[in-house]
Amino acid sequence: MSTTLTTKEAPAGGDPSPSWISERSGRGDAIFKGLTIAAAALILLALASVFIFLFTQGFAGFTQPAEVYSKYGSSFWGYVWPLLASTIVASLIALIIAVPLAIGIALVITQYAPSWLSTPVAYVIDLLAAVPSVVYGLWAGIYLAPKLVPIYEWLHEHLGFIPLFGDVVSSGRSISTAGLVLAIMILPIITAISREVFSRTPRLHREAALALGATRWEMIRMTVFPYGRSGVISAVMLGLGRALGETMAVVMVLSPGTLFTFNLFSGSNTPSIAANIALRYKERSEGTLEVLIATGLVLFLLTFAINFAARWAVARSERKLAG
Amino acid sequence: MSIQSPPASSPTLTHARLPRQAPLMVGAVAVAVTAIGLVLGLGSVAAVLIGALVFLVVLPVWSLAVENRRSATDRMMTGLIWATFFVALAPLVSLVWTVVAEGSQALSGTFFTYSFYRTSLDQPVGVYHAIMGTLVITGVAALISVPVGILTAIYLIEYGKKNTFSRVVTFLVDVMTGIPSIVAGLFAFALFTLIFGPGHQSGLGGAVALSLLMIPTVVRATEEMLRLVPDDLREAAYALGTPRWRTIVRVVLPTSVGGIIAGVTLAVARVIGETAPLLLIAGIVQRTNFNPFDGSMTTLPVLIFSERNKGNIEIVWGAALVLMVLVMLLNVIARVLGKILAPKQG
Repeated sequence: MSTTLTTKEAPAGGDPSPSWISERSGRGDAIFKGLTIAAAALILLALASVFIFLFTQGFAGFTQPAEVYSKYGSSFWGYVWPLLASTIVASLIALIIAVPLAIGIALVITQYAPSWLSTPVAYVIDLLAAVPSVVYGLWAGIYLAPKLVPIYEWLHEHLGFIPLFGDVVSSGRSISTAGLVLAIMILPIITAISREVFSRTPRLHREAALALGATRWEMIRMTVFPYGRSGVISAVMLGLGRALGETMAVVMVLSPGTLFTFNLFSGSNTPSIAANIALRYKERSEGTLEVLIATGLVLFLLTFAINFAARWAVARSERKLAG
Repeated sequence: MSIQSPPASSPTLTHARLPRQAPLMVGAVAVAVTAIGLVLGLGSVAAVLIGALVFLVVLPVWSLAVENRRSATDRMMTGLIWATFFVALAPLVSLVWTVVAEGSQALSGTFFTYSFYRTSLDQPVGVYHAIMGTLVITGVAALISVPVGILTAIYLIEYGKKNTFSRVVTFLVDVMTGIPSIVAGLFAFALFTLIFGPGHQSGLGGAVALSLLMIPTVVRATEEMLRLVPDDLREAAYALGTPRWRTIVRVVLPTSVGGIIAGVTLAVARVIGETAPLLLIAGIVQRTNFNPFDGSMTTLPVLIFSERNKGNIEIVWGAALVLMVLVMLLNVIARVLGKILAPKQG
């Protein structure tokens, strides 16, 4: 709207400026615009150089002699898959716990709580995002993990025939505890985005459902969920991206081993990719650093792909909702 | 079951309902059950769980008996959905309680004024060096990200309206918010290894890693604020013959300055607790180091992590409390500033 009024093409197009716009201000405009473009380009450059640096520095990590990988395997993929498996298992546990909770809280904020209450509720959930990850790790490793052991033991006793519920480590510092902490950490972001899409459900849809005699839950199932589905899916993907890359909570909760097992309560599972980097970056042996950077590259590409897909889905659903 | 019988003359149009206070009544019963459980010596967690279960079961069953299946489902889901909020509240309360209770024991005057570097054996240790390291690194990170972030947001809103380049930047900034912090650390590590040789550690490296995490937040917050500036203001400035860049600097930015400062403060709060990248690139040292260009620099999160591994639990909780207070303070400041300096609409 306003832009049509400005002399947008004036400096570049050689259009003679009115005499009362001095030559200097035209130059000032060009310089300022150049600065802003440079800043935007710098961001793209930074993102590209993350990839380039990880690739050039980590490339050697793909093809090291077998003994460098001996911690977990004998080749790069042998080294990386147990780490990747742990990363994914912990993140899946986090999603299984966090997604229903996040959807419930988003419904509380948008549909259930009276308007004077919904802002404080949302604020409290945002506080969960403000707590530093290292504090989560500290709290979970020292305080939470031992408290979970009885629950794990109960599950092991009664459902022990499922391989997931194997022998319980007495400290409780297992991959399931790590997953639980990750769940708490990704809860705010999933809640925030779900809340956003739920609140955009057209009022008329909701009122029409209620007018037809639907109960509140039926109204939510008929109008809020179908309308917000794609938004919630991308929220879940963003949460997954967070969980995959989280380092400290896993490092400080999981007691690391060298073998990946499906036993969620084991005290010697492999760490996640991010946790493995934090645990071993100090090892100065030949080639280790390159291998770690290469695993970092794998993690970067994985989270980038997931975030890319999630953001793309968000943008698409926004366009759909706007149109 | 007492259902008030409808007047015989008019056919009833509504089915039987529970009394309006039904949830309150069942809630009172649930609280009573919890209290009895506590008196009988159940653990507090178990007693609360049983109370919640009573509420979640009794109300739907009662509703099923008096009303119908649909209402019963509705009441059960209402209970469950509210329960999710309290479930999420539990870890927050527990964490804050633990950190405050354990951390407050470590706090003392010397905790804030001494570093880990001791010149005699009886000298107390404190986290002064880590607090200073955190402030210096976060400060440098802010110095890098704030200009880049704000200029980018200005480009996106004021110049690049909807062109391809700005759409790509907007999209990638969104994607960038999801970069794992350890990857940012590895990037800074690889970059500084290439420039200064292997094993290089410095506060500047940490600041570079943190800026990578901070810039997207700054861009997003600034963009949102610039969008709130009414076009009338810009047009008024243009009509007076003000060049575009002066309009932005003298009219648009001052109008939205409150929101931008609030956004920057929130971005700082977000990165001040980052551990993983600083572990790799800023390292840890006993002495206080104010120079981000030279030598390792301890920060509070890294100190928490490394002392936790050494079993220095009291100092760890104290440092965690200091860090939490810093983060919460920044959050409150951001909120208050955002309110005070908000652009006046209409």
